[in-house]
Amino acid sequence: MSKIIDGLYYSESHEYVKVDGEFGYIGITDYAQHELGNVVYVDMPEVDDEVAAGEEFGAVESVKAASDLLSPVSGTVVEVNEALEDEPGLINKDAFENWIIKVELSDKSELDGLMDAAAYKAMIGE
Amino acid sequence: MAEEIKTTCLHDNHVALGALMTPFAGFDMPIQYKGIVEEHNAVRTNVGVFDVSHMGEVAVTGPEAEKFVNYIFTNDIKDAEIGKVFYGMMLYPDGGTVDDLLVYKMGENDFFLVINAANIDKDVAWINEQAANFNVKVENQSDYYAQLAVQGPESENTIKNVLDLDGSDLTFYTVKKVQYDGETIILSRTGYTGEDGFEIYASHKAIVKMWNLLMDAGVQPCGLGCRDTLRFEVGLPLYGDELTAEISPIMATLGMFVKLDKEGGFIGRDACAQQKAEGSAKKLVGLELHDKAIPRHGYEVLQGDNVVGYVTTGYRGISVDKSLAFALVDRAAGTLGNELSVRIRKKVFPATVVKKRFYTTSYKK
Repeated sequence: MSKIIDGLYYSESHEYVKVDGEFGYIGITDYAQHELGNVVYVDMPEVDDEVAAGEEFGAVESVKAASDLLSPVSGTVVEVNEALEDEPGLINKDAFENWIIKVELSDKSELDGLMDAAAYKAMIGE
Repeated sequence: MAEEIKTTCLHDNHVALGALMTPFAGFDMPIQYKGIVEEHNAVRTNVGVFDVSHMGEVAVTGPEAEKFVNYIFTNDIKDAEIGKVFYGMMLYPDGGTVDDLLVYKMGENDFFLVINAANIDKDVAWINEQAANFNVKVENQSDYYAQLAVQGPESENTIKNVLDLDGSDLTFYTVKKVQYDGETIILSRTGYTGEDGFEIYASHKAIVKMWNLLMDAGVQPCGLGCRDTLRFEVGLPLYGDELTAEISPIMATLGMFVKLDKEGGFIGRDACAQQKAEGSAKKLVGLELHDKAIPRHGYEVLQGDNVVGYVTTGYRGISVDKSLAFALVDRAAGTLGNELSVRIRKKVFPATVVKKRFYTTSYKK
């Protein structure tokens, strides 16, 4: 049974957005980290890079394979989680605590197109 | 091809253990149970067991068995002692690889060939075709034999204590027949992990019994995921990646298993001799990235702006904390110490050409 947190926004490709004012913290869900297995590398953008809703902004890699990260929202990267550079396995420990990028949201209405916790829970069949 | 997926005799056991199952070489196989890293480390530091029943087995017997096997195999088995195991390849006349395999000398003119699961049909057809002019009997025994690989520094103690199999008299790359539960089984000190270990070939019934005993004893079940990371770290090739119909063992720098001067020659000999003398156009090398980004199969390898090859296998090492790859590159680009780069998604990462054995093996000589 995967952990799902109320109040976050979820994408079909298993990213989440935790909104804090004009900013959004983007990471992968607990379900996604479990499906991936041991995360050994996170390919992240740089601060000031633009991300677009539905577009790839990096990748999270398990021992076996690389999975693209798709941004659920558009905006400008204001921070990347540098702790993941040295310890990518933090995502396996707590995927919601260990977000990947912090984005200044350019269009908050995009959030309406994402799922809430209940809808995401239904989608992953739990 | 909508062929029905095959299963091994341990399929239900894997599912019951909660393994992540994936099709591999036509079989529904366990990729991992607990996790690749944990299973990998169990084999490096203690012991783990793999179900490798998908592998193929072919018996070659008859008055000309030795002569025949030596003719289709790159290594030299002539006049070998009974109980010796050889690694080598079967080649096409142009030097491309039909398969890499183990040849077990079970008796005089009695050989047991262990081939890759994905290649069973192709190999058996190939062997039969070449056998037409030899007085030999070729028997595909793949459906009869199931196989376990018990691997790791504790493997000798484990098979002794849990399975009552004595492997202490076997040195690396030797084999013997032993009695187990009323049947004759095959026990060899071989493996695909870079660690000490044993491979056991027996009936489905015996293999299921042994598997259950090993599980009851708490031995870590290991999936094909860590089988690949383990073999990769110690520089062992995988057919389909480092050896193919287009990649000869000379290109794969496995020339030590190709005995060009052996009596009677072998299929593919002249092509290999030429590649060795002139230098093959392509060469398999090791790459060590300076960054943590991970090279994967198929990624481009560059020298300056020019594409000089591609990654055949790549990982973030588990026993070696580096991003590493095998790559097939233009010979001139593959000099040890050369600075190349690998394209990973949108970026290009520098990499140094290094030896392919990234981690030191621990075999029992």
